[in-house]
Amino acid sequence: MNNSIRVSCTKKNLKLIRDFVTKYLQGLALSDVLMNQIVLAVDEICANLIIHANNEDPSKYIYLTITEPKDAVQFEITDNGVAFSTHDYKEPDILEHVRVGKKGGVGIALVRRIMDKVEFTTKGDANSCLLYKKIK
Amino acid sequence: MKITQDIKESTVIMTLDGELDASSSVILDEELSDPEIMKYSKILVDCRNLNYISSAGLGVFISHLQRFEDAQIKLIFFNMQDKVRNVFEILGLDLLMTIVTNYEEAITIADE
Repeated sequence: MNNSIRVSCTKKNLKLIRDFVTKYLQGLALSDVLMNQIVLAVDEICANLIIHANNEDPSKYIYLTITEPKDAVQFEITDNGVAFSTHDYKEPDILEHVRVGKKGGVGIALVRRIMDKVEFTTKGDANSCLLYKKIK
Repeated sequence: MKITQDIKESTVIMTLDGELDASSSVILDEELSDPEIMKYSKILVDCRNLNYISSAGLGVFISHLQRFEDAQIKLIFFNMQDKVRNVFEILGLDLLMTIVTNYEEAITIADE
């Protein structure tokens, strides 16, 4: 089965990415809830890369590759945009978001709560995000 | 994402059909930002055909929650699919928002 996809940096392509991940995961007999969680985690990272790292520039691309280490599923998402700074990341205070009416800033929290491993690395101008989830 | 509104006296029943992601959640934000909606005291959100929600969709609801609360407008979600409810639960939003099983329950709570 095809395990990698390249998409240009427009928000409309998020649906394409979700459909690709869903199709891949369909062979793994996951529950509806788990399948949705994994698709969501990948969607959140891709949305961040498209919107923030690459400024929704359709001439830029992100690359997604899915692999299956033992009893797990792993996603590597790479791009050449602005690197995500894990250093500056703070867990969101949802009550504060409600109080001030803040729209964004909860995506990475979702990803970290869903996935067993989330790693961001940068080499030269290439960034990589690795998402790992045990499924057995 | 298709959003339809059904008005019954002081209640808006908002039906969400499709997927709420970083691309489509803009439409929902426009609907909830419409000053007209502040005329009603109850907003019941039918989630039966809401097949997906990402942080962008959640963020739209989070950003309007306080405004509705301040205006004493009740925001109630019903008919939510398990996988979608799970996303609210991961962030603990099920404790901050009212999510009930079905329309009858939503109406009962709205009228309390």
